[in-house]
Amino acid sequence: MDHHFILRVISKMLIPPIMLYALYVQFHGDFGPGGGFQAGVIFAVAFILYAIVYGVDKLRLVLTPAVVRAAVSLGVIMYAGTGVYSLFKGYNFLDFAALAEKGHAEHGQHLGILIVEGGVGLTVAAVMVAIFMAFTSRAPDIKDTDW
Amino acid sequence: MMLRDLFAVVMLSGVFSLLSAGLFVALDAVDVAFTEAAVGAGISTVLMLGTMALTDREEKRPQHSRALPMLVVLVTGAALIYGTADLPPFGSPDAPVHQHVGPEYIERTPHEIGLPNVVTAVLASYRSFDTLGETTVVFTAGIAVIVLLHRSNAGRRREEDEEEEEI
Amino acid sequence: MWDIFDSDFIVGHYNYWMTIVLMMIGLYVVVSRGNLVKKIVGLNLFQTSVFMLYISMGKIFGGTAPILTDNPDEVYANPLPHVLILTAIVVGIATTALGLALVIRIKEQFGTIEEDEIFDIEQDLARHPVASDGGR
Repeated sequence: MDHHFILRVISKMLIPPIMLYALYVQFHGDFGPGGGFQAGVIFAVAFILYAIVYGVDKLRLVLTPAVVRAAVSLGVIMYAGTGVYSLFKGYNFLDFAALAEKGHAEHGQHLGILIVEGGVGLTVAAVMVAIFMAFTSRAPDIKDTDW
Repeated sequence: MMLRDLFAVVMLSGVFSLLSAGLFVALDAVDVAFTEAAVGAGISTVLMLGTMALTDREEKRPQHSRALPMLVVLVTGAALIYGTADLPPFGSPDAPVHQHVGPEYIERTPHEIGLPNVVTAVLASYRSFDTLGETTVVFTAGIAVIVLLHRSNAGRRREEDEEEEEI
Repeated sequence: MWDIFDSDFIVGHYNYWMTIVLMMIGLYVVVSRGNLVKKIVGLNLFQTSVFMLYISMGKIFGGTAPILTDNPDEVYANPLPHVLILTAIVVGIATTALGLALVIRIKEQFGTIEEDEIFDIEQDLARHPVASDGGR
């Protein structure tokens, strides 16, 4: 039984609650501390923990680098796309009044903030995972026993 | 900073980030504390450990004397401390920073946006351009790191095959 | 001139002095150490001290975090520095990641991450240019 056994069991139990907590922070950013950035970093940490304990090759099977790069761009497109959508509707760039129905200006703000923070969280999570994958794709020159 | 073992330096910088997150909570900045704890004590430490796995583990012995940097740092610090004499005292409600835009955001948020978290409302609605710029900066940094460092699996397996042939 | 240094002045300004001390420690690490990873750690120290300066300027005594409650007489801390520093923290991690990626590439090209050794190697390359250096 190798000495990583405890690490594997504990991380198997911890990774789904970490992802759930990241989603909680993302959507409750309106009511308490939180928001897109924090949620994105916590979501990326779940994947990085999996890569540290089980090996980067297994992470590449779950999240191919192509998917990660697509997610990086998708978040920015979601954000800027909301702004351009406002332009098409005749308002200023990133004016959330374009997303509101008549007489409910607050709903437009809520919807706009939801989409915008979602885009930010997606980009930040994907960038952190992509940076970690890029760092570990170079051949390391240490063995497991050196640490 | 006197340590030469880089592993200890990286661990201590992670502890420093966590302590500064605690300080931010004591200064009533909960959003900032959350971000600093997640980013500084989490991602930053992981990336520095990854860098150390690919570079050296210890610093070389210092060669030149450290009198000149110490002198520069002391002179700059004295000048800055002299400059803080005019700053408003800590925690006073009459400071100029609390006069114009800050209270206005707090007053306008319940009517126009209806969210309790004022920081998220300001970040995503009142100052949305800045957040778009920040997301673009993170995007650009991610792309730059991928371009600099990423080596695809095909290149790596070719190297490993070459090593096996040599052996 | 020295009579202005009474206890009110010190209590009102010590937060700035603490952040300046941290700032100078970070600056000293950047300037005096030759190892590139230590320089990046010193830069992070400098950045965090600047964040502390801004956040301490936004604090109001007797106030609370800027999350609206139902209490109409509540005094909230100023949300503007929080927003600016949130952006600054995320930009800081982006530049740190990029700096560390550059350090890894420098190590691969030059074989060292000590600043004076890199300087010597570059001086040698300038004096005796090697034609086939593009292959590395």
